Amino acid sequence: MQDLGIRVLFEGENGIRLLLGLLVTIKLSVITIIASCILGTIMGMLMTLRHPAVHFITRIYLEFIRIMPQLVLLFIAYFGLTRAAGINLSGFTAAVIVFILWGTAEMGDLVRSALISIPRNQYESGAALGFSKIQLYRFIILPQALRRLIPPAMNLATRMIMTTSLVVLIGVVEMLKVGQQIIEANRYTAPTAALWIYGAIFFLYFFSCWPLTLAANCLEKRWKE
Amino acid sequence: MRIRKLYLLLAALAIIAAAVFAGGCKNEAATDSQQSTGSGETAFRSLDEIKKSGEVIVGVFSDKAPFGYIDKEGNYQGYDVYFGNRLAKDLGVKVKYVSVEPANRVEYLKTGKVDIILANFTVTPERAEQVDFALPYMKVALGVVSPDGALITSPDQLKGKTLIVAKGTTAETYFTKHYPDVNLLKFDQYTETYNALVDGRGDAFSTDNTEVLAWALKNKGFTVGITSLGDTDTIAAAVHKGNKELLDFINDDIKKLAGENFFHKDYEETLAPVYGTAVSPDDLVVEGGEVKK
Repeated sequence: MQDLGIRVLFEGENGIRLLLGLLVTIKLSVITIIASCILGTIMGMLMTLRHPAVHFITRIYLEFIRIMPQLVLLFIAYFGLTRAAGINLSGFTAAVIVFILWGTAEMGDLVRSALISIPRNQYESGAALGFSKIQLYRFIILPQALRRLIPPAMNLATRMIMTTSLVVLIGVVEMLKVGQQIIEANRYTAPTAALWIYGAIFFLYFFSCWPLTLAANCLEKRWKE
Repeated sequence: MRIRKLYLLLAALAIIAAAVFAGGCKNEAATDSQQSTGSGETAFRSLDEIKKSGEVIVGVFSDKAPFGYIDKEGNYQGYDVYFGNRLAKDLGVKVKYVSVEPANRVEYLKTGKVDIILANFTVTPERAEQVDFALPYMKVALGVVSPDGALITSPDQLKGKTLIVAKGTTAETYFTKHYPDVNLLKFDQYTETYNALVDGRGDAFSTDNTEVLAWALKNKGFTVGITSLGDTDTIAAAVHKGNKELLDFINDDIKKLAGENFFHKDYEETLAPVYGTAVSPDDLVVEGGEVKK
């Protein structure tokens, strides 16, 4: 009875389908996390400018994205745009857009808090030494802010990977959905398959997120010295 | 001051967003009636457009065995899919299946992202306002499962006895309304109800007949004594509101298929392996769109 469940994983195309699902999850995560890091850094720097218009716009953008559940944003991008404007995005494109919008907002706020946590005198000393604005950020502020940024940014990245499981609601079949399809297809012939499939998914998620944690630890250790 | 201004701005934005969406919906309703050419706008595809494109897009479940699921080779299978394949064949086009969820079935149709929904879609008046249903091809009613030793074969036998139901199901409302002298034992989840029945905390358990029939088959010592009870709900294909050509095509096809007993064949291929001989196909299958009680 016990080997019955795990057998399902190796039947036909099941294993390959699960890995293809993982590929969708990873592709979506990698694209959106990288884009969010770049755009989020720019957004965070914009947020520290004391320009009232910029401040208002970034603030409203951040609050809007924060208040809206990701699922609602996905529905707006996929169904809402088609309905209101006739724009027909593919599910994957809609997901990429929503995740970048979300990631940029959250990342921007993290960058902002890291930047303002650098003491004033660092900015002033830099300026006094004759650094230009760009040099100041490049050589003094960003390297320090980056260290404070790593732990919360890792948190955000893993959260984004987990949240990719929502995209099935706009028709993008990713790993978790493939798992459920396999479980349901074998509901009557191998009821114990659920445990094995979810176990496999757990490990695949774990090995997707673990390298991030390892890299973060490695960086933190190196910078401590 | 700044904070108050911010809230005002947010409120204004929310109102604008709401207006845009409401406007979008209204426009759609207004244009739907004459839109059959659909030039990239939010519309459905007409019968001709589907035929010309050589592909019909059908929304089905991908994780609801045995109605719509994916087999180990990665192909769509099931009772709904069997019908979908036939529809495509009669249309003379290829079929492309899209995996849908209960929560987004209506949206998929309304935005024209699929042509037909064949996802175990129960016909209700509320849904009929949003989509157009074709003739039914299946029906569900309540079933009552009980231990072989004390088999319940008619609802009158339940008087004064304890019936297990799941909260929020049609079984709960049906028995409360029509059989007030049956004691109901209510649970939140399906697994709890089955466990309660096995533990003998109730005399019988009632929910959708498809559900109890499949369960009784896997659990020795229990039989579905009442296979069809209460108001029969029908399950039908759905198309975009106003897509009359496609709707007529599906309805005509269903009537034609009755001649060859198509849905009984469908039942034999997809449902019989699960339900076995415990159930008569006529409890579930609707042939030619005519529901016989």
